[in-house]
Amino acid sequence: MQDEKLTLGKISFESRLLTGTGKFSANELIPKMLAASGSQMITVALRRIDSSSPVENILSYIPENVTLLPNTSGARTADEAVRVARIAREAGCGDFIKIEVITDVKYLMPDNIETLKATEILAKEGFVVLPYVMPDLPLAKRLEDVGAAAVMPLGSPIGTNRGLETKAMIARLIENCKLPIIVDAGIGRPSQAAEAMEMGADAVLVNTAIATATDPVVMGEAFALAVRAGRMAYLAKIAAESHLSRASSPLTGFLN
Amino acid sequence: MSFNNVIKEFEGFDFPAFFETVTDSDVERVLGKEKLNNMDFLILLSEKAAKFLEPMARKSHQVTVQYFGRTIHLFVPLYISNFCSNECTYCGFNIKNSIKRRKLSLEEVEAEAVAIAKTGIQHLLLLTGEAHQVTPVSYLVDVVKCLKKHFASVSIEIFPMDECDYRSLKAVGVDGLTVFQEVYDKKIYKSVHLSGQKSDYLYRLNAPERGAKAGYRNVNIGCLMGLGEPRSEAFFTGMHGRYLEDNYLHTEVSLSLPRFNPAEGDFVPPFTVNDKTFVQFLCAFRLFLPRAGISVSTRESALFRDNLISLGVTRYSAGSCTGVGGYAVEDHSQTPQFEITDERSVEDVVAAIVRHGYQPVYKDWDQIA
Repeated sequence: MQDEKLTLGKISFESRLLTGTGKFSANELIPKMLAASGSQMITVALRRIDSSSPVENILSYIPENVTLLPNTSGARTADEAVRVARIAREAGCGDFIKIEVITDVKYLMPDNIETLKATEILAKEGFVVLPYVMPDLPLAKRLEDVGAAAVMPLGSPIGTNRGLETKAMIARLIENCKLPIIVDAGIGRPSQAAEAMEMGADAVLVNTAIATATDPVVMGEAFALAVRAGRMAYLAKIAAESHLSRASSPLTGFLN
Repeated sequence: MSFNNVIKEFEGFDFPAFFETVTDSDVERVLGKEKLNNMDFLILLSEKAAKFLEPMARKSHQVTVQYFGRTIHLFVPLYISNFCSNECTYCGFNIKNSIKRRKLSLEEVEAEAVAIAKTGIQHLLLLTGEAHQVTPVSYLVDVVKCLKKHFASVSIEIFPMDECDYRSLKAVGVDGLTVFQEVYDKKIYKSVHLSGQKSDYLYRLNAPERGAKAGYRNVNIGCLMGLGEPRSEAFFTGMHGRYLEDNYLHTEVSLSLPRFNPAEGDFVPPFTVNDKTFVQFLCAFRLFLPRAGISVSTRESALFRDNLISLGVTRYSAGSCTGVGGYAVEDHSQTPQFEITDERSVEDVVAAIVRHGYQPVYKDWDQIA
């Protein structure tokens, strides 16, 4: 089946599974997970990067053919997110930036207002901006206006593995936005990733569920398969649901 | 607003009588819940719950992996002075102790910083005794400025301050604050803090809150296990954590579990907390406050710390010196604040973490100013 590639900025991706670098029991697992999952984009918190470390640099575990998506984790304001993005670019991490502005460390909910501000500034500076937000349609339209490259609504709070708690809101973004919708956060199992893709999400970002699995490499592959299955189902147009059952051999068939 | 209001609500609360009423099915019910309320937490701290240590540990492990992954964050403590005007009966820095007093010069701080930074650990915890004349805020500001050249994150574990002083230190790069109440029981608090600023219970109790108000990213609290009745003290520590979480959404709350080392000095703590109870408290904290960081210092033995890795701990100090300085130049004061039991080097602690299937994290913060 023909499918278009996922285009973000100037790069087109075959894989619709984005991954993350956090929470692994060892960084050596990251390249193995990437190979098994076929993920072509991986996010890393700038705060975790220590290029001058005498012992460990997380960037050295990310193969060159995988696009780096630095994120602004730890930023509390638009201003901080903007500075983190600029530092990331100067540090050679490229033009992609995932904006994470979180003022609530209890539930790790994104601050949509600050995120919008940061997106506008960074898009003007030529960044490929992927803002992580609460699914909110008017906000998503404004992100479109100010030059975001995609919208990344959360399925449920980061790290909770609760799946698509915000499903109805995400469906409205998918229906009404021109930008790619990448469901980020809260996806705890492959079936939930498939669910997001079946709905028509353009991609999903999965970190905790892969990194904290007993076997992150196999789990990476499982997610890749689920994302493909969900995408294919979406393209194949899932049959409509109905409240009444439709027997394959109708009881009233003899009347025809 | 103060956590003291919560403490007051429990004045007259009969802890032993409550623990008497706890049944096995209460504990099982709490272990089946996703979000624990105050009384659920207290049930997990009861002696009855000790019977359920294994299921508690399993759930604590699972929740910790979910929120933190298989990672242990590393930090190094640096004591810059042991001058102290407080008379705390249990502390090596007690003003009445005739020990060699010493304070690091800025050149010495620089040398210590260089030595510590060689380990690759980017998180430094700065400690000092309380002596406003010898180590005033202006000195601390200079020390922090020096340390920030070498570390991504500098936290403080120093005497409680006014909010404006916390802000002064935040302005030069401090991002985390540790203040242990030591003991929440007011009578015992008075009996062990005989004189000095530290004898002001409320000023200390409200210090973490002042830090949160000053905008610190991380506030770390704890009680010194052994000073007060352990189960109620653990309860108030957890309640204090939840109070801070509920009122300061921008602040990461974390807990430490310092416990008297039996090998330590002349002070005999009135209570003891054995390893099993320690682990029970650790798991109860984790289940009550799933997102809270939990630290266990080198007061505990290497073997014990290694076994805690998969139970809910998220932060370890490593290669620590608890005298003044000690990383670049040997500490000649020979008067540590407390005795270290886990004496391994950073490399050895890192190797143990890796052996347990966990990733040691050297850096997880940047100051963006």
